[in-house]
Amino acid sequence: MSEPDRSCEAPGCERPATVHLTQIVDNKSSVHYLCVTCAQAKGISPIAPANIDVSDFLSHLGETPPPPSAGVSHPCSRCGLTFDNFKESGRLGCPRCYTSFESGLRRLLNRIHGATRHVGKVYLPPDPAAADLSRRLDGLRRRLRRAVETEDFERAAVLRDEIIAIEPAGKR
Amino acid sequence: MSGFDVPDFGMSWLDAVGTSADVVLSTRVRLARNLQGYPFVAKAGPDEREAVFDAVRRVARASQLTRHCACIRMAKIDPHARRVFMERRLVSSDLVGEGRPGPHEAAAVIAVFDEPISIMINEEDHLRLQSLSSGLCIAEAWNLVDRLDEAIGRELLLAFHPEFGYLTSCPTNTGTGLRASVLVHLPGLVLTKEIDRVLQGLAHMGLTYRGLYGEGSEVVGNFFQISNQTTLGKSEEDLVDHLVRMVDTVIQTEARARHTLMRDAGPSTENLIWRAYGLLRYARLLTYKDLMELLSGVRLGVSLKLLPGPPVYTLNRMMIFSQAAHLDQAAGRELSRPERQAHRASYVRKVLSDGNEPPTSDPGG
Ligand SMILES: [Zn+2]
Ligand SMILES: [Zn+2]
Repeated sequence: MSEPDRSCEAPGCERPATVHLTQIVDNKSSVHYLCVTCAQAKGISPIAPANIDVSDFLSHLGETPPPPSAGVSHPCSRCGLTFDNFKESGRLGCPRCYTSFESGLRRLLNRIHGATRHVGKVYLPPDPAAADLSRRLDGLRRRLRRAVETEDFERAAVLRDEIIAIEPAGKR
Repeated sequence: MSGFDVPDFGMSWLDAVGTSADVVLSTRVRLARNLQGYPFVAKAGPDEREAVFDAVRRVARASQLTRHCACIRMAKIDPHARRVFMERRLVSSDLVGEGRPGPHEAAAVIAVFDEPISIMINEEDHLRLQSLSSGLCIAEAWNLVDRLDEAIGRELLLAFHPEFGYLTSCPTNTGTGLRASVLVHLPGLVLTKEIDRVLQGLAHMGLTYRGLYGEGSEVVGNFFQISNQTTLGKSEEDLVDHLVRMVDTVIQTEARARHTLMRDAGPSTENLIWRAYGLLRYARLLTYKDLMELLSGVRLGVSLKLLPGPPVYTLNRMMIFSQAAHLDQAAGRELSRPERQAHRASYVRKVLSDGNEPPTSDPGG
């Protein structure tokens, strides 16, 4: 996997090309060598390396200590895990940890995934509140549109039945 | 140890059916889920893990999708049987407790008989819902796992956060908890030395790769497991669609590389394929790595129709049945390392001579 050291191919840029971009257009592939800055300028966001080691990742994150108000110095109120424990193991202790270390985790999630907001399936608990229901309905409608677009009619039928089942009466 | 019995399930992914089965060996989609109100597995006590196990087993037995199943606790079965399941990719090394004194008491797998789905309980997360099937079928596998997730979620309270989505023990799985992967055989790209460029391209498209046995495993026999790298900020359907598109591109690139190989290096490619076949056919000792490298050549030969056989299904089974625990199982005892190499070579010779007469036609084609 060792590529010779190159510099960024953007005009006038001498920074090392750490982003290697393979583009495939009309069955022809071409490789572009860019530095992170120029890649970002082209709208290519660098992603985390493969097989990411979370604790290693976190030790770098530690270089800029979060403000004390982040509550990072307090252990999780449910399981007792501290943010330092987490930095060592790379594993959280319980679902509540996500609230206990919220701001530190939000920054970490953004570094790992390039996003912090889940836009996928919305979980509907066995005894749902109204807010859960409406979020869930939005998600189901989005997936129904998608199923129809991809002509997955079997799935579309299942999703439609589910929408009917949870939609408030009289709204259809 | 005097012989042990392992039920013959968890292997439909070897069937070599489905699209591009000569290039794409199998498709796997898994969802990581945790129950609300319990610590994650590593921080949970024995009673809490046991409670998670009980709850999941109860729901699985009652659900239409999973009621024909076997529920196997890792601590209750022979260590060899655990390794057999691991070699079949039904359970992970984490579940069987590798690197620890042994598996947790409540670490278990629920294997469903009539659908290619299974549930690992008390792995890194409380639940790992997974679908593993033959060939390229990412969307189908996702649909199946999604149905399983719905069935479980209707009965059990799952850990879900309005902003972060499904909560997992490791933040690399947070959000959708989804990892979709395909196991692809890319000898053309390796032989034309284009593979690094393709893998870098995939990395910049948000995908990553591993070896046959997942995280940290080495790439052997030119088998690459390609999967999504991130799990948060995109919907499950977008992650799945993106992987489908990129894998299609990889398959086309592999086909072009094979075409180039035959055009520019036909004789040496044929030589490589026939040598691999000859060595497998007559070798008396084989390490697993040797075997995988040689099988890669034979698989390429079969796919390019330079070799008349054996069928891809047989090649798939050879990969699994020539691994250590499977050889021990066939022998009914634990073999020594040199014995295993001999048993492996003898098994391979038998498969290649049984019903697959050595091709005698002029290899020129
Ligand atoms: Zn630059
Ligand atoms: Zn906690």
